[in-house]
Amino acid sequence: MNAPESGLILDAVDRRIVRATQAGLPLTPRPYHAVAEQLGLSAEEVMARIERMQAAGIIRRIGLVPNHYALGYSANGMSVWDVADDRAGILGEQVGQLPFVSHCYLRPRHLPLWPYNLFAMLHGRSRQEVAAQVAAIAALLGEACQGHDVLYSSRILKKTGLRLTD
Amino acid sequence: MTAEKIPTPTLPINGEGDNPLPRERGRLGGGVVGAVDETDRRILNALQGGFPVCERPFQKAAETLGLDEQSLIERIERLLAQKVLSRFGPLYNADRMGGRNVLAAMAVPEERYEAVAEAVNALPEIAHNYRREHALNMWFVAASDSAESLEAAFRRIEQATGLPVYRFPKEREFFVELKLTV
Repeated sequence: MNAPESGLILDAVDRRIVRATQAGLPLTPRPYHAVAEQLGLSAEEVMARIERMQAAGIIRRIGLVPNHYALGYSANGMSVWDVADDRAGILGEQVGQLPFVSHCYLRPRHLPLWPYNLFAMLHGRSRQEVAAQVAAIAALLGEACQGHDVLYSSRILKKTGLRLTD
Repeated sequence: MTAEKIPTPTLPINGEGDNPLPRERGRLGGGVVGAVDETDRRILNALQGGFPVCERPFQKAAETLGLDEQSLIERIERLLAQKVLSRFGPLYNADRMGGRNVLAAMAVPEERYEAVAEAVNALPEIAHNYRREHALNMWFVAASDSAESLEAAFRRIEQATGLPVYRFPKEREFFVELKLTV
């Protein structure tokens, strides 16, 4: 799902708004007006473009991004599942709806090393809590699942992000 | 590439990049849960999405929480300073901006682990990299607004290390509700 599906192509003005807001919104009573002033645009245009990007899925959401670790969610497990291809789409949707799953994808297998095609990121306050989440997913997948594993992250080696360039 | 060296802000990517982690390298764990009071919790639970787009969005959001505009702004400022929040604002979807990010993994021999991590991390396309407990013990995401540069980065890693890079591009992404409850 990497191709732009929305049909909305970002123009130069959109990209200026992205660059001005990707680190965060100004913490002032009129944040969109502050962005507009910084960019020499009208506030109405900034808000209209942000709403358009949100409707097109370019902006996933606007709000607070919690730091899982600071909130005690220190167990971060990548659960991976070998799910029958003909069921993986429907079951993946259901796994994505579970309240403790933060990301859910189908990805290619690399046999024989890697038989798993469904990836679900789990977050809990302990590995025990994550193990209970894994059990819930296993129950949901039932016999469509041939095997699974959970890969805990034990160390962050690098953490930055994509830089939007022109 | 580190966030500190980049003149422009970094763009949080989707996929694994959404997972807000401390920027510091090192062991995971610890927390400041105790510093979060009941009002903070209500703010955190209510405002992970749906922040209004209007002239006075803090005022509008504060009303639904029974707060006033200024105290909501101050609390968000404090939660950011305490790193309870990793960010506040729009969360952009790199895929929909013509960008791409691809998950990849390697099975790195323990005795070479640090050197390989250094070689992988040195590439600006590598957005994040985690050690995980598995035969495939290094998992990283390459992100760029050019698809070609991702494949080039993977090939450079393979040439530099002599180890295969297993690519795990998204074939399908499932909709996920956002609901970290605190």
